[in-house]
Amino acid sequence: MTEVWWWSYLVIAVAGFLATDIWRWLGVLSGNRLKEDSEALHWVRAVATALVMAVTAKLIVFPTGTLAGSPLWLRLAAAGLGFVAFLVSGQKVGVGVAVSMALLASGLWWLGF
Amino acid sequence: MSIDSDTRPASFWFYTGMKGITSLPALILMTSFVGFSAFALEAGISRGEAMFMTFGIWALPAQMILVGMMTTGAPLAACFLAVTLSSIRMMPMVASIVPEMRTRLTPTWLLLFASHFIAITAWVFALRTLRDVPREHRAVYFLGFGLTLTTINTGIVAICYGLVSQFPPLVAGTLFMLTPVYFVASIWATAHHSVVRLAFMVGIVGGPFMALVAPEFDVLYAGIGGGTAAYLIDRFYIRRRRRTGSAR
Repeated sequence: MTEVWWWSYLVIAVAGFLATDIWRWLGVLSGNRLKEDSEALHWVRAVATALVMAVTAKLIVFPTGTLAGSPLWLRLAAAGLGFVAFLVSGQKVGVGVAVSMALLASGLWWLGF
Repeated sequence: MSIDSDTRPASFWFYTGMKGITSLPALILMTSFVGFSAFALEAGISRGEAMFMTFGIWALPAQMILVGMMTTGAPLAACFLAVTLSSIRMMPMVASIVPEMRTRLTPTWLLLFASHFIAITAWVFALRTLRDVPREHRAVYFLGFGLTLTTINTGIVAICYGLVSQFPPLVAGTLFMLTPVYFVASIWATAHHSVVRLAFMVGIVGGPFMALVAPEFDVLYAGIGGGTAAYLIDRFYIRRRRRTGSAR
């Protein structure tokens, strides 16, 4: 890469800012035409939800960093049982998160992390 | 939609949005940005560059990808392609929230500006809270939240850069899990329609599965393909059956 100091900022502006905001702007322009409770909006919601959940599930199944060295069963059990606790508690998000974190932390500790 | 009889000014709603930074999702995201500042330092990205990325990109996965590409000295076009492919999800995310956020009078430029602050955390926050805000103030309310959250996290990167080199493994591992576990519970909690719940299940199974089958475009396949499948199943099976069963 070139040695001028602003080059990396230009890379971030073009390959970072522009590369992500293009999609946000397209989202506004297409979302502007969607009517609430229309079939098209149902479809867009389904795609958005599936995309976000795919990203989320990948973080649990294929984590990076420290967790990459932890067993898959522990992460799935922590996430799964936390979700069950969330449902049982009448959908209290804090309960689900707390149970998952407690299970994962004690599991990691037990495994000697 | 009923006409809102709310007399509180827009500034009140901007401030109410700002107060959202003390919510659980905002606090979780801040820990992620502490992690990002450590990652940026390790990868040889300067403090100013890391701050510019945080405010300008405002999407952690895209930031991680760009840091990775920049450190290997990849050409600009390759960086652009990799980041833009990872950010396609922004379009349906923004498009699904815009109809709830605007009125016929909301100017498009305001929505274009506000859209910059939509990333997964802000999207979940909007899904949870927008319905409690009078419609004509929703864009301003979201802007109050998004602008504050982005600014504070840019500040966190500025302060924590070089301060936190690494968490102890147990803490780092647990913090990493916080984000996905929070998304799983809160997105389910905001799913009021059967199509969203179905798409939730399809995405959660499809994401890791497609990562094994087609690692290059896994999220796109699971999202666009899985989301479309969920929509079709919901429309032509679940909703049809419900209509014949009991009128809703």
